Amino acid sequence: MERGARLLGKTGELKKTIVAGIVGFVAGAIIILVFGYNPLTAYTALFRGAFGSMYGFSESLANAVPLILTGLTFAIGFRGGMFNIGAEGQLYLGALAAVTVSFLRLPPAVSFVISLIFAALAGAVWSLPVAILKATRGVHEVISTIMLNWISRFLAFFLIAEVLVDPLRAEKTVSITEGARFALLVQGTSLSYGLVVSIIVAIIVYILIWRTVIGFNIRALGHNERAAAYAGIVKWKIILFVFISGGVTAGLAGAVHVMGRPPTYAIFSGLPAVNGLGFEGLAVAMIGRNHPIGIIFAALFFGGLLAGGREMQVFAQVPLEMVRVVEGIVVLFLAVPELMRLFAFFKRMGKSRVPAGDSE
Amino acid sequence: MNLSYVWRIFVGSLHAMVPITLAGTGETVGESSGLFNIGLEGIILLSAMTGALGAEAGGAIVGLLVGIGTGFAVGILFGLICTYFRGVQLVAGVGINLFAMGFVSFWLIHLGVPGHHAVAEQARIVDIKTPYGAFSPLLVVAIVLPIVAHHILFRTKLGLKIRAVGENPQAADVAGIKVNLTRLFSTAVGASLTGLAGAYISIDWLGSVTKEISAGRGFIALATVVFSGLNPLLVLLGGFIFGFFDNLAVWVATMPAVQGVVPWQFISMTPYVVTLLIVAGVIGRVRFPAAMGQPYERE
Repeated sequence: MERGARLLGKTGELKKTIVAGIVGFVAGAIIILVFGYNPLTAYTALFRGAFGSMYGFSESLANAVPLILTGLTFAIGFRGGMFNIGAEGQLYLGALAAVTVSFLRLPPAVSFVISLIFAALAGAVWSLPVAILKATRGVHEVISTIMLNWISRFLAFFLIAEVLVDPLRAEKTVSITEGARFALLVQGTSLSYGLVVSIIVAIIVYILIWRTVIGFNIRALGHNERAAAYAGIVKWKIILFVFISGGVTAGLAGAVHVMGRPPTYAIFSGLPAVNGLGFEGLAVAMIGRNHPIGIIFAALFFGGLLAGGREMQVFAQVPLEMVRVVEGIVVLFLAVPELMRLFAFFKRMGKSRVPAGDSE
Repeated sequence: MNLSYVWRIFVGSLHAMVPITLAGTGETVGESSGLFNIGLEGIILLSAMTGALGAEAGGAIVGLLVGIGTGFAVGILFGLICTYFRGVQLVAGVGINLFAMGFVSFWLIHLGVPGHHAVAEQARIVDIKTPYGAFSPLLVVAIVLPIVAHHILFRTKLGLKIRAVGENPQAADVAGIKVNLTRLFSTAVGASLTGLAGAYISIDWLGSVTKEISAGRGFIALATVVFSGLNPLLVLLGGFIFGFFDNLAVWVATMPAVQGVVPWQFISMTPYVVTLLIVAGVIGRVRFPAAMGQPYERE
């Protein structure tokens, strides 16, 4: 019975996500139309580019790799009732930490492992001020993470231009040494074994949140803070754990991106390829309903939009950024807890009387 | 360093203060009613864009109105989702920000100016020239508005209503106040002022639109509101402190003594570092409406 109800709850979530998705695409189509493009051509190119070929699908998966990890950053926080939007900055530093290791000229396997560890540490360290300020001073994480994102942005600009710069090409950092790169999973595409890391981390997060005591405590705090306090859950420990583990996944996101993304395996000044991967992770987490499995699929969907967006830009001349417009609208509508009732509401406006029987 | 130097920094700080104060005052009204809108950043970005295009089409005043209108429209959407449809405010706010980031970049590329759209000179607000320097007319608005907002919030019946629905919506409902309508109104007013802030940035202060024109100012306005403990007069002060560091960063970066010694990136960080420190320093002492962030539902 309980399992049945839970399953029903999940199909409800799925239905809602699909409805929000449809609303997003319809609104996007209207905007495309208003700006004088053809939405049909645009969307056809978008989906063909994303899922229409092995190459496209591989690119979609490749784009999903860091998004799964930044999505997890947000999801861990969300389960604990915290709104961690610091993945963006932590990802920059994770990527740069991985690059730093390439200066050490370590043996290949060692360099690979140390790069991942450094990246995870960088993300964790960068999330510490957020956790400490929240636990000791009650500073809301939305404000502290955003300020740290901006600070890390300028820090990244500095590191790219002055410290990690490639002596031969001033516009980028040195490349990750060959031994520390992820091998390609599909030759001729951008898809690397980084995907495996993302999926393993997603599984670990699942186990952590749903199968361990600390995970139970996190969810308890997110569910009802007062009850959690009565149950003897120490809030500051949970806060620290949530932000550090979020920092680790965001840092790893930066690492898998820079260590697994051909052809340059480096970061360019102005952060063009990394920019937004953290913020997109937010949307991925929300669309994936803050569940690791959902996040994997949502990341694939987003990765697909980004990959297909290029095709859309070429064949329908619609700027790639349209993809983000759709994302934003989807998230906006996902905010509504009972999206289905929103439609019932509009139906109701036409009718005279509401039939009784609201489930709540 | 002579006095005119100091004066110039002061005037520059005042102009950098304007968008923070406008958006912060607006958000104070919204938060007093119980709605926490983290979409300020997105609203600033969107209205900087629409305001600039409006100004180029019909003049500076039209631009400001278009900016306000954009903020109002987004505010109504946000307000509806978060009141009558009991939406999650933080999620809706993130949706607004994502949408704005995508839409403004899309629009700039559509116009054929992916990087930087300079607003035509004749479409920009004309500064008031005085012997003490040129001042934007919106500077006056940004100083007067928090005083007016303070008066309304704490000295009028309307303000009492707004604060009541934020503090104890059940009691307000019993007293005959329409909770959701009051919240919708408050957040829409707040978003309109944020829209004005956006239009100010593009058609007055910086005179251009880029996809990063808001530069975290929406979030800094949020931080200022936290700093103020929902007192508009302190928003004015907080806005000035941020404006000072924002402006100082630009000014210090051009100083010969500093150039080459301190990298510009570290100077550009200071406003964000200062904001973080200030918020961390004051926070324990401020108190927010009891029902903030919660959708209201009759039992």
